[in-house]
Amino acid sequence: MPTLEPLLSLVGVSRDFDVSRPWLNRVIEREPRRYLRAVDKVSFDIAKGETLALVGESGCGKSTVARLIVGLYQPTEGRIAFEGRRMQMIFQDPYASLNPRWRVRDIVAEPIRFLGTSQNVDELLRQVGLSPDDGEKYPHEFSGGQRQRISIARALAGEPDFLVCDEPTSALDVSVQAQILNLMLDLQARLGLTYLFISHNLAVVSQVADRVGVMYAGRIVELARAAEIFSRPRHPYTRMLLDAVPDLSKAGRARTAVAGEVPNPLGLPSGCAFHPRCPHANERCRVETPRLEDGVACHAVQEKRI
Amino acid sequence: MILDVQNLRVEFPTRRGTLTALDGVSFSIAPGEVLGVVGESGAGKSITGMAVIRLLAPPGRIASGEIHLEGRRIDNLPHEEMRKLRGRRIGVIFQDPLTSLNPLYTIGRQLEETILTHLPMGKSEARGRALSLLREVGIPAPEARYEHYPHQFSGGMRQRVVIALALAAEPKLLIADEPTTALDVSIQAQIIALIRRVARDRGAAVMLITHDMGVIAETAQRVAVMYAGRIVEIGAAQDVIHAPKHPYTVGLMGSIPRISAEKHRLVQIEGSMPRLNAIPPGCPFNPRCAHRFDRCVVERPELIAAGASRAACWLHANA
Repeated sequence: MPTLEPLLSLVGVSRDFDVSRPWLNRVIEREPRRYLRAVDKVSFDIAKGETLALVGESGCGKSTVARLIVGLYQPTEGRIAFEGRRMQMIFQDPYASLNPRWRVRDIVAEPIRFLGTSQNVDELLRQVGLSPDDGEKYPHEFSGGQRQRISIARALAGEPDFLVCDEPTSALDVSVQAQILNLMLDLQARLGLTYLFISHNLAVVSQVADRVGVMYAGRIVELARAAEIFSRPRHPYTRMLLDAVPDLSKAGRARTAVAGEVPNPLGLPSGCAFHPRCPHANERCRVETPRLEDGVACHAVQEKRI
Repeated sequence: MILDVQNLRVEFPTRRGTLTALDGVSFSIAPGEVLGVVGESGAGKSITGMAVIRLLAPPGRIASGEIHLEGRRIDNLPHEEMRKLRGRRIGVIFQDPLTSLNPLYTIGRQLEETILTHLPMGKSEARGRALSLLREVGIPAPEARYEHYPHQFSGGMRQRVVIALALAAEPKLLIADEPTTALDVSIQAQIIALIRRVARDRGAAVMLITHDMGVIAETAQRVAVMYAGRIVEIGAAQDVIHAPKHPYTVGLMGSIPRISAEKHRLVQIEGSMPRLNAIPPGCPFNPRCAHRFDRCVVERPELIAAGASRAACWLHANA
């Protein structure tokens, strides 16, 4: 069971990207610089041994949060505190994240050499379900699922206690996805790992997460225990996402089609960014941005209208 | 039947021998019916679609078998006639809407061109038809969007434009290859509803190729499950999803994550699908199958009645 001690905490973290046009255009056409706020005042803790999942549609800022945490981006404002020993990241595309010119043994051994950990490559390969002989091969000799196992072995070589997994199974077939998700659960139980799990797939998230944060347009709109989110979703967007998940038990029946699309981050709606798609929006939602209170950022919920 | 495929075999001759990508694939689709073709990467589902429209990447070729469209044999048609059939009788929707549209032309122009190519219409009539197609696929304010370029549309809207293009000449058969895979879940549901409506309202036969069982469950009346270039199970969507008969389908269904309040392990099929140059003799699934017995290793199972569906598995041989 996770303890209450936070391993990682984010306090009011935001990240802006400069999407200005080139300098000459700005000078001639008298345009100001333009910024895109990909992540807007995101705060959460992750406790030791816990899996927190961030879910949302493309462009909601979930991958930017992952990259902020591992330090690939610097936050524009806010603070990120990490109390653990070391973090590693697992990327979505196992084809792009392994050097094709290196043998698997060298790929997995690099963190050991670089960080001076006392891991053994053969043992790491065994741990992720590969054979020590596979160390002599090159990445192209492996399927997508096996490559993701190599990525995990490489991540474990650095002896992390915290893993940031950005869509680790999205590029994989379902049966392979099941193998990788099971492997991640086993490793967590065995090594006491803490995960931040980024995914767009709610069904996948429900298999691995202890707590879930739902992101929309750069903000967390709902943050609660997985059991709560999946049995009693509160934010209208979370409800919409859950309704949109194909349900195998309902073969032949149509799911509720959802109206509208994710807004353009350069022209976010005023107030609550979800209000143009929300059936419960009123005047207040159009002007005032709701704050995350008691795990949900929604005026309608806070006013007990829904 | 609108589409009838019998014993289709597709081969890719290579320097290191001939690879058999499809082996003995047979199925048919009735008017108004959506047949889901499901399988993992490399199972041969896209190749099945490409073989039907005869757009196999070289050196791929149809080695044997027959394909009939509305009773007419099309697998041996000359290329020029096949080209007329594509777009006119067979509409195709691919996964990535951006690569299916020409970025240099407005969507209105692309639709008009397609309509004028296939239907005996004047320019103004074609424009009217293009607008009504855009309206039908749910593009808001089609008149205003008519002169827009593909990059000015979002992913979901682009896929709607592609569907409008595929429907432009009233095809009898619609082949949709992973039409929702590149889209967000909320948009997926909209596109699925649209494909269902097209089949129902126009009486078209739809071949829906996807790796996503959830999409199949909601769209298709029947499902064909593919593995290593063969159909291993085919039947009504309800039956295949709720009472799978082939051990591979059973494993596949179990490995699909479902929304649940508790985290838990998924059913896992050990190993992976064989490569085309290493398909084992007998049943192609036998090395991974927990129910394997002697016959599975030597003799290839054909589709056998199994419950309400048919499965290529010796377990059902004496049932």
